[in-house]
Amino acid sequence: MSTEKNNQLENKITVRDLKLWYGDFQALNGLDLDILEGKVTAFIGPSGCGKSTFLRTLNRMNDRIPSCRVEGEILLDGTDIYAPEVDVVQLRTHVGMVFQKPNPFPKSIYENIAYAPRIHSLVNDGPEMDELVETSLRKASIWNEVKDKLQQPGTALSGGQQQRLCIARTIAVQPDVILMDEPCSALDPIATAKIEELMDELKQEYTIVIVTHNMQQAARVSDYTAYFYLGDLIEFADTHTIFTAPTHQKTEDYITGRFG
Amino acid sequence: MSNFMNTGKNPRQKQRERADTRFRLYGLTALGLAMAFLVFFFIDIIGQAIPAFHVTEVKVTVHYSDAVKSNYNKAIDHKLRRIVSRGWLRALPAQLKAHPDMIGTSAELWVPTDSRVDQYIKGHDGNGLKPKYQHIVDAMQKDGRVRQVFNTGFFTSGDSKLPEQAGILAAAVGSVFTLLLTMLVAVPIGVMTAIYLEEFAEDSKLTRLIEVNINNLAAIPSILYGLLGLAIFINFMGVPRSSALAGGLTLALMTLPIIIIATRAALRAVPESIREAAYGLGASSLQTVWHHVLPLAMPGILTGSIIGLAQAMGETAPLIIIGMMAYIPEPPTSILDAATVLPAQVYTWSTESLHGYTERTAAGILVLLTVLLSLNAIAVTLRNRMQQHW
Repeated sequence: MSTEKNNQLENKITVRDLKLWYGDFQALNGLDLDILEGKVTAFIGPSGCGKSTFLRTLNRMNDRIPSCRVEGEILLDGTDIYAPEVDVVQLRTHVGMVFQKPNPFPKSIYENIAYAPRIHSLVNDGPEMDELVETSLRKASIWNEVKDKLQQPGTALSGGQQQRLCIARTIAVQPDVILMDEPCSALDPIATAKIEELMDELKQEYTIVIVTHNMQQAARVSDYTAYFYLGDLIEFADTHTIFTAPTHQKTEDYITGRFG
Repeated sequence: MSNFMNTGKNPRQKQRERADTRFRLYGLTALGLAMAFLVFFFIDIIGQAIPAFHVTEVKVTVHYSDAVKSNYNKAIDHKLRRIVSRGWLRALPAQLKAHPDMIGTSAELWVPTDSRVDQYIKGHDGNGLKPKYQHIVDAMQKDGRVRQVFNTGFFTSGDSKLPEQAGILAAAVGSVFTLLLTMLVAVPIGVMTAIYLEEFAEDSKLTRLIEVNINNLAAIPSILYGLLGLAIFINFMGVPRSSALAGGLTLALMTLPIIIIATRAALRAVPESIREAAYGLGASSLQTVWHHVLPLAMPGILTGSIIGLAQAMGETAPLIIIGMMAYIPEPPTSILDAATVLPAQVYTWSTESLHGYTERTAAGILVLLTVLLSLNAIAVTLRNRMQQHW
């Protein structure tokens, strides 16, 4: 990755001086970060460093925590997502999320995919919906495994399949950005490999932000990596630089396993 | 080598094993005692109740003379007046007025007996049936003019001052009216309150105060709800005393905290990850609760509601205060009519001295128990079925 290429790429998300409090506790101390379109950006750092908290500010999932307060700016395609006139429901259809633990709805595989498009009236039930379900499952590389059992409960699938079902469910809303909060931490190595492979395909169409505890994973799948420590963004650069020539001592300590 | 492998048991090991055995025995004893009480209770109740499901009838000649219209005692041989049911005799004049063509005829009929005769036949010394009547009954029995039939009257009539005519229909209808009202009022209010507290309310001092109070309300003596119902519904709102409406509303007050607590527990048992999944896909709060959380919590909500209603159905204390412990011979036809409920009817009968009422008390308890056990069975079945579904 060269720097001149970066300049040609567009910022999908621009974060400026983002501060976040849980009650009196300040969890994020003024972050500045650019997330580039069509790239995979990984957040790494020790537990409690604020990387998951930060991820959740990007689609305002932290709104659900009453004591949580946010200051600063997060621009999605130039629009401040914390502006009062923003519709959170609409925002979340643009910025989808995949969670740490696979959490399919206890409904059929088909219903898991069709639910969100239906509530947002994206397509009509019937052939259009069938098509959307199939496309979404194909994009999440799970179609071949489930095409004969679409009416079976999504919760009956294996952990890795459930997580890919959740990714398919997110894709079905046709978002621009997909946030992934440690998507492989509950999966075995083979399932993890499949998800990582999938991320590589998905970045053709989507901007992906992933939080991970697994540094090898960050090195394998991401184009850019941000290292967080105690609510501060210590270092942000392209993944190669971070893992081979980090500028900060703290980053190097963490990456080499001397700390964390 | 390893000191946990010694073959000879050391004293501490023996001591430990003895303590384990003792502990298990205590548990078994407790279980045995509980089972013994339960078995004793059922045998006692069923043993007392079974005779109530049969009544004695005697075959007598009935003369439908003109005089019967004014004096029903003239319809039968005067020796038999104390043998047949007075309730049946009293109904004759009205019957004759409705069918004047019957006047002048006579017929051999099986008619219900007085409760004393019934008890004498069942071997309960007749509760004071005089010896001369005992002889008459003995003679009739030899002639084959005495028989026992299924007591349909117990299920088709209301309370009566004559034990042979007393039935549970009025109380059963009253119970149905009261319970339906309780359900219609308590379930929606309770479920909505729980949803608000669990899914929408912020965790503030006020909500915590409300929570503590709801938990306390579930534990206060039920008779206090009777006083509350009397003050609010009867004195302030002017709901008729003794009515199913007053009873239903009062029992709804009592059931509300139970339903709220059960619903909140059911909502809390729905994993947070399901809510996150829905919110993450852009579902609104209403959609999240309605499409995902409620369906998953439904088995728990239903079970809690049914158990709360079953408790309301068996309740008597608050109903004493609002006047539902009453003598109700006719089933209520509207929720504003004076009514009583099954447990209240059981209590009313239990205070009567005649043995005919004693066996009806047991029969009433049996009916009440059957209904309550069915309700609980429905709750369990519903829960199992819905949980299997997803």
